[in-house]
Amino acid sequence: MSRATQQVEEVVIRFAGDSGDGMQLTGGRFTDTTAIVGNDLSTLPDFPAEIRAPAGSLAGVSAFQIKFSSKDIHTPGDTPDVLVAMNPAALQVHQKEVKPGGTIICNANAFTPKNLKLAGYETNPLEDKTLDDYFTLYSIEMGKMVTLACEGLDLSSKIVDRSKNLYALGLLFWIYDRPLQPTKDWLEVKFGKKPELVEANVRSLEAGYNYGDTTEIFTTRYKVDKANLPPGKYRNIMGNNALSMGLAAAAEKSKLGMFFGGYPITPASDILHTLSAWKHLGIKTFQAEDEIAGITSVIGAAFTGGLGVTATSGPGIALKSEAMGLAVIAELPLVVINVQRGGPSTGLPTKTEQSDLLQAMYCRNGEAPLPVLASSTPGDCFFAAYEACRIAVKYMTPVVLLTDGYLANGSEPWQIPALKDLPDFKVKFADKSNISDGQFMAYLRNKDTLARPWAIPGTKGLEHRIGGIEKEDVTGNVNYDPDNHHHMVKTREQKVKNIANEFDPTEIFGKKSGDLLILSWGGTMGACRSAAEALQDEKFKVSHLNLRWLNPFPNDLGEILIKFKNVLIPEINNGQLIKMIRAEYLVDAKGLNLVRGKPISSDDIQHTVKEMIG
Amino acid sequence: MADSKTKSNQTQSPEEILATVVNHALDGNDVPLNTLDNKVIKAKAKAMIVRINKGTAERPEMPTNSTQVETTTSAPSAYTRKDFTSDQAVRWCPGCGDYSILAQTQKVFPDLGRKKEDFVFVSGIGCSSRFPYYMDTFGFHTIHGRAPAVATGVKLANPDLSVWVVTGDGDSLSIGGNHTIHMLRRNLDLNVMLFNNRIYGLTKGQYSPTSEVGKVTKSTPMGSLDGPFNPLSLALGAGATFVSRTLDKESKHMQDIINQSYNHKGTSFIEIYQNCNIFNDGAFSSLTDRDTKSDTVLLLEDGQPMVFGAEKNKGIRLDGNIPKVFEFGDKLNIDDALVHDKKDYIIASLLANMTYNPDFPDPLGVFYAIDMPTYEDLIVDQINDAIKKKPKGSVQQLLDSGDNWVVK
Ligand SMILES: Cc1ncc(C[n+]2csc(CCOP(=O)(O)OP(=O)(O)O)c2C)c(N)n1
Ligand code: SF4
Ligand SMILES: [Mg+2]
Repeated sequence: MSRATQQVEEVVIRFAGDSGDGMQLTGGRFTDTTAIVGNDLSTLPDFPAEIRAPAGSLAGVSAFQIKFSSKDIHTPGDTPDVLVAMNPAALQVHQKEVKPGGTIICNANAFTPKNLKLAGYETNPLEDKTLDDYFTLYSIEMGKMVTLACEGLDLSSKIVDRSKNLYALGLLFWIYDRPLQPTKDWLEVKFGKKPELVEANVRSLEAGYNYGDTTEIFTTRYKVDKANLPPGKYRNIMGNNALSMGLAAAAEKSKLGMFFGGYPITPASDILHTLSAWKHLGIKTFQAEDEIAGITSVIGAAFTGGLGVTATSGPGIALKSEAMGLAVIAELPLVVINVQRGGPSTGLPTKTEQSDLLQAMYCRNGEAPLPVLASSTPGDCFFAAYEACRIAVKYMTPVVLLTDGYLANGSEPWQIPALKDLPDFKVKFADKSNISDGQFMAYLRNKDTLARPWAIPGTKGLEHRIGGIEKEDVTGNVNYDPDNHHHMVKTREQKVKNIANEFDPTEIFGKKSGDLLILSWGGTMGACRSAAEALQDEKFKVSHLNLRWLNPFPNDLGEILIKFKNVLIPEINNGQLIKMIRAEYLVDAKGLNLVRGKPISSDDIQHTVKEMIG
Repeated sequence: MADSKTKSNQTQSPEEILATVVNHALDGNDVPLNTLDNKVIKAKAKAMIVRINKGTAERPEMPTNSTQVETTTSAPSAYTRKDFTSDQAVRWCPGCGDYSILAQTQKVFPDLGRKKEDFVFVSGIGCSSRFPYYMDTFGFHTIHGRAPAVATGVKLANPDLSVWVVTGDGDSLSIGGNHTIHMLRRNLDLNVMLFNNRIYGLTKGQYSPTSEVGKVTKSTPMGSLDGPFNPLSLALGAGATFVSRTLDKESKHMQDIINQSYNHKGTSFIEIYQNCNIFNDGAFSSLTDRDTKSDTVLLLEDGQPMVFGAEKNKGIRLDGNIPKVFEFGDKLNIDDALVHDKKDYIIASLLANMTYNPDFPDPLGVFYAIDMPTYEDLIVDQINDAIKKKPKGSVQQLLDSGDNWVVK
């Protein structure tokens, strides 16, 4: 049967269902296949905070959004073109965000009176025609279909029913013309020990695909061409995974033994999990009794010459603050990763936010400056992690790396880097006396960087003591002298400032001057870039600058800012970078602050820009 | 506990004798001083030591004709006490029990047979935690309560080091209680010296988690209400593999315990009763006073009956499973005394429980010592196993793994 095939540039699909419906898995499979097909893509998982909220409830809805395109894209999209809703609650939660005129595909079997009631529907939306005016609605009895498809298999009806997500996946593969084989291979690896399960899932997948192919309900298939990505070898990557690889790369290039100490917390735990699985690389991981032990064990390892890393989220950083101060005064290299989530307190543990910037900057007692950087895309987490390690060791300082829940769990196609192309990372431990009389001065600094020597236990003749009490510069001895303290406060500050001397000139997307500069950091980068592209297409004099480093700021930032009539800083917080920018450069920047536990959309930014300069 | 007596050396003048005993005492050997038979020189020497420690007097030259006093049995080594003495002035209050602990440590270390650069001292915060500054080894004075976790990182990063944790009763049992129990349950090969003065010294005398109920301090003017931890019961409950106690004044005993701790592979926990003569003076006086100590202290020796008393005529026996103090007589004698077995957890627990019980003497010595695999060895084993299964790959292989595709 021949069907119309329509060429489209980009598509946004959202899979939504009950926590038990396997929506993350479905989204993940669709993503991997889409990556292999060669589209650019960006994903956004959206988990409920509860592990198993009551089945069918609004609290239990789990979703996964993917945008894929034949163009270079930067965000997982704002409004879905297609919503797959596996039950009434999923429809209730997500239907309002679907693009007018979009498509909604529902599993009709889940629209039982009980589920409708749980979702707050008085009548069945699949039958009462309320959706028909706005959307193209496909109501498919997925549960029944998979039961039929799996007839004859020795599996309980409950297990068979669970494969209906594969049915939905198969159907979408048909609609968007994607191959089934990668998913079949994956199922084989995943459930290989249970052939019946593999069989059930494969049959459901094919049933969904064939449903699209054979029924005439779907009149159109869509084709999204390969994106024009730079040549190279690619894989799809999630932020936490990329970050872990960046750390491993730093350990390998520096030849330092990596020591990771941490305590589980969403959304950072996957870093602990990932590194723990890489023992064959010699990586030592330590699940500590709490976050304080996580960082202090890392400080101990750093004192001993290890590449020390800890990862947590905002509440964990709060606990680590005192120890971060210790690392500042002891001038030891370590990397502290904050995968930010909604706060305050437990806040929105599974949602994204950018509200810990000021915590990273200032939440320590005393003058305790440390370098802060942020990654801006899932794949960029790799490079940011590598850079954080390199700077920590080069300047003998703790470094904070900020990512967020959206970057951590989001994914994108990623050009696989070659380790040999990464910046040099040579480390030299002190091995002999550094003054003429044969003694060792633990705080005798490198003239350029102001870093002190790294002399590790086991090195003959370099026995020395460090600690949290103020140090005398040069000797490192305990010292309470007022002038020395003042000098050390200034020195520690200058050491961090010196890092900016090695930054490349700041890149600006667009012209170097104009009506408005969108200034971003971290995970908001993609939405800002998309907005800038769209606005530039509409001939607005808008440029975009994303900050890799929040402390120190690049040396050329001040000159750049004054070349724009307006500066807009979109952030998923109540205005944090904007405070730092205003304080540092006295520019009248404006904020766009939407704190909803999800990424700011490119539309929101475009809208605001037009209000400002339109 | 020295059995030798220092006679005034005929060939030395009183000044030389004074200088000799003072030097020995400052170097951690107070036997010559304590056993000096000339009371006048002895008093002068004690006063001089206090002044030197305060910094108001200079240390006298060691006379060249000084009497050598043998105090250790270890073979002589290339190191001396000086090699473990840093150039930093010691700042504890004169008379503080911490001096003796430092002295005994500096006494024992030269003979441990370990390269000095392999020692690392890690401490938290408190008077006791200043300790690392005075040892000429690698040292790290960290933050309040966290020394066990820092030391864990040191040991895991380099298991070849000999790592020592120095902590106070507040540091390890209050703010750092969590780290203490987890360190013990993991059984890293660490040595922990807990200076228990039953008070917060550094913050000027608040009650601590080992202070007795009713303790009147600035923060508890009507007496403290909460009962104390029993550190050794806590350690045993947390899974410690070496549990011991010693006393600041018992130099040789302490030296022996430090030695045994060093030789135990696994976390060695040493509780050291330490007098804070400023804020809790006399906390252990009944255990140190010559008149009482033979009745209040039970010296533990592995494989030996538990006997104490000035006449060595009292013992501990089990009545069913209840320990009792008894005097040797017609019915019961030394053969009825419980024999200490440091591998026996039940005995160790009974001994630990005597701690705050006025009916019992306070045991000193090694309560418990068993061999268990250390955490760092297990970690290294896992890594080696993983490498065996998956030959030590490069990160590039990791990057290239998984589904990937080529864009031309
Ligand atoms: C986070 C923090 N809280 C409180 C203090 C203040 N403080 C320093 S030492 C100490 C208690 C020390 O008692 P202990 O551990 O028994 O040591 P000691 O001085 O008796 O040897 C306290 C409360 C601190 N330094 N840091
Ligand atoms: S306050 Fe007590 S514990 Fe601290 S140094 Fe003085 S005597 Fe020692
Ligand atoms: Mg104390």
